[in-house]
Amino acid sequence: MSLLELKNVSKIYGTLRALDHVNMRVEAGEWVSIMGPSGSGKSTMMNIIGCLDKASEGEVLLDGTLICAETADRLTEIRRDKIGLIFQQFHLIQYLTAVENVMVAQYYHSMPDEKEALEALARVGLKDRAHHLPSQMSGGEQQRVCVARALINYPKILLADEPTGNLDEANERIVVELFKKLHEEGTTLIIVTHDPEVAEVAQRTVVLRDGRLVKETVNENFTGVMKHRKVE
Amino acid sequence: MIAASLMRRRSRILVALLAIVVGATVLSGLVTIYVDVPRQMGAEFRNYGANMIFLPAGGDQPYTTQTVSEALAMIGEERLVGAAPYRYEIMQIHEQPIETAGTDMAGAMRTSPYWYVNGSWPDESGEMLAGREIAELLALSVGDTVTMVYKSEEDTADARGVVESPEMEMTVTGIMESGGSEEGYVYISMEDMVALCGQEGRLDVTELSVSGERDALIRLSEEIAAAQPGIAPRLVKRVTESEATVLTKLQALVLLVTSVVLILTMICVATTMTAVVTERRREIGLRKALGASDKGVAAEFMGEGFILGAAGGLIGVVLGFLFAQAVSMQVFSASITFQLWLVPLTVFASVLVTGLASFWPVKSASKVDAALVLKGE
Ligand SMILES: Nc1ncnc2c1ncn2[C@@H]1O[C@H](COP(=O)(O)OP(=O)(O)OP(=O)(O)O)[C@@H](O)[C@H]1O
Ligand SMILES: [Mg+2]
Repeated sequence: MSLLELKNVSKIYGTLRALDHVNMRVEAGEWVSIMGPSGSGKSTMMNIIGCLDKASEGEVLLDGTLICAETADRLTEIRRDKIGLIFQQFHLIQYLTAVENVMVAQYYHSMPDEKEALEALARVGLKDRAHHLPSQMSGGEQQRVCVARALINYPKILLADEPTGNLDEANERIVVELFKKLHEEGTTLIIVTHDPEVAEVAQRTVVLRDGRLVKETVNENFTGVMKHRKVE
Repeated sequence: MIAASLMRRRSRILVALLAIVVGATVLSGLVTIYVDVPRQMGAEFRNYGANMIFLPAGGDQPYTTQTVSEALAMIGEERLVGAAPYRYEIMQIHEQPIETAGTDMAGAMRTSPYWYVNGSWPDESGEMLAGREIAELLALSVGDTVTMVYKSEEDTADARGVVESPEMEMTVTGIMESGGSEEGYVYISMEDMVALCGQEGRLDVTELSVSGERDALIRLSEEIAAAQPGIAPRLVKRVTESEATVLTKLQALVLLVTSVVLILTMICVATTMTAVVTERRREIGLRKALGASDKGVAAEFMGEGFILGAAGGLIGVVLGFLFAQAVSMQVFSASITFQLWLVPLTVFASVLVTGLASFWPVKSASKVDAALVLKGE
């Protein structure tokens, strides 16, 4: 059985079909990119998979659970236990330090554990930034804190909505390398991106347009490593 | 971690705390004043002189210095500002009959604080205080010495047929002005009165200055009348009634100001809390995305509000006392007593107000749609 399965999923806002009969499967441990123009429904789809929103029509199966049938409270539980989220606008709590931001996720999941949180920060290369506030960190560093926070509870599936959208190339590379590490450890990754170079690192790329899944390409020679850009 | 995070948010927290502290300060300060006003005003009112009089009940019931001092003991030192016993006799000075009062000078000084004495009050045997009318009649001035003679029918002629009346040399230490009938008397000590006229323990009237509200004074005089049948306690209506009226009005005023300020503070705290919560909508959305339940978010924010309320209440109690103290010093030039029961009251009130003020904003915040907030602007 697939880890994630979308069957004829639609999301309707008034007269607009933000998602229009989307069918998709993601296997456990897979690395999938989602691309598409602005307004094509990428974030809408991520929110539905991430249990932040509910589909209007169709079925969503996550790890054997039919999540479209669950209550809001159950969705919160599922999100807490199975999903790690990363956003384009980092979304760190501004008055908490890096390590405290990671510990917030632990707090809602189980128990805050500073040692473990520091280890997670070390994994993303921020050992010596652990006690800095978000305002004292660069965008790349902040996004790495978000990665540490997303992976702290060992989620089955990591959802990242344009994680490199606000980053420069060097930081983009660092974050993609982190994704590769996570992938090697067996985490399922679904990454929304506008950047073809980020997208093509994945094993598979899905393209949305006007809420429809219009194209799917499989990366035959997958390495998980970003190509070097041509210097303009 | 929580303490540190509160520290980093101190500017925002301080705004909320400030609103609560101001409210708690005003509340506890005004309540302190409200409670203390009767006591303060009581002391103030006592400047207007005696508010209770002991008259002889008549009949054969005893009205003496003995029974009066027993009645005074019932009032107690706490409430008794002063008591002046009076015994009136006619004395001869320069062959003229003069109304003379024997009294306790220290007591008279307290029960008649409005007497203006030119010179000084007598404090030894052989000294007297002359009312202004008498001083004019006899052309007395401070420092003069006169002979005071007591003539009575009991005086008997001796062997040579000379009537020996008791007499005493009296020095005028002061001349008293009151603007009233008291100016028509001469005042000597009770001991000199007894030395001249005998009949130790005799009294005509006792004036008292007792602190307390009208109802308490009425109760007190009933108790005294019951315990001492020889004494008929009377309240000086004019004084006690006007005291009661002034007090009621004053307390009503303080109460009114307290409620108005309290309502204003509540609005202030509510808007501040609303602003604080609204400002954190995005954070709330994030926390929900990280797995916080609606209830969890609400509990967290309410908990913070309660902590702020309690802290603000505690600070407010202290500041409120200082505020009340300052007001009391300014207005009554007297210090105020700290009311311990105000601590739980103020803390409870500010926690309640903060809780009420936070409830609706927190409730709406906990309903935040994480997906919408996180989309970002
Ligand atoms: N809450 C909403 N109410 C109404 N319409 C919405 C809502 N959320 C999204 N939409 C609409 O649904 C469509 C898909 O939006 P979505 O955010 O999924 O696009 P996207 O692919 O993530 O775009 P972008 O690349 O710009 O982030 C858009 O046309 C958008 O206007
Ligand atoms: Mg989007």
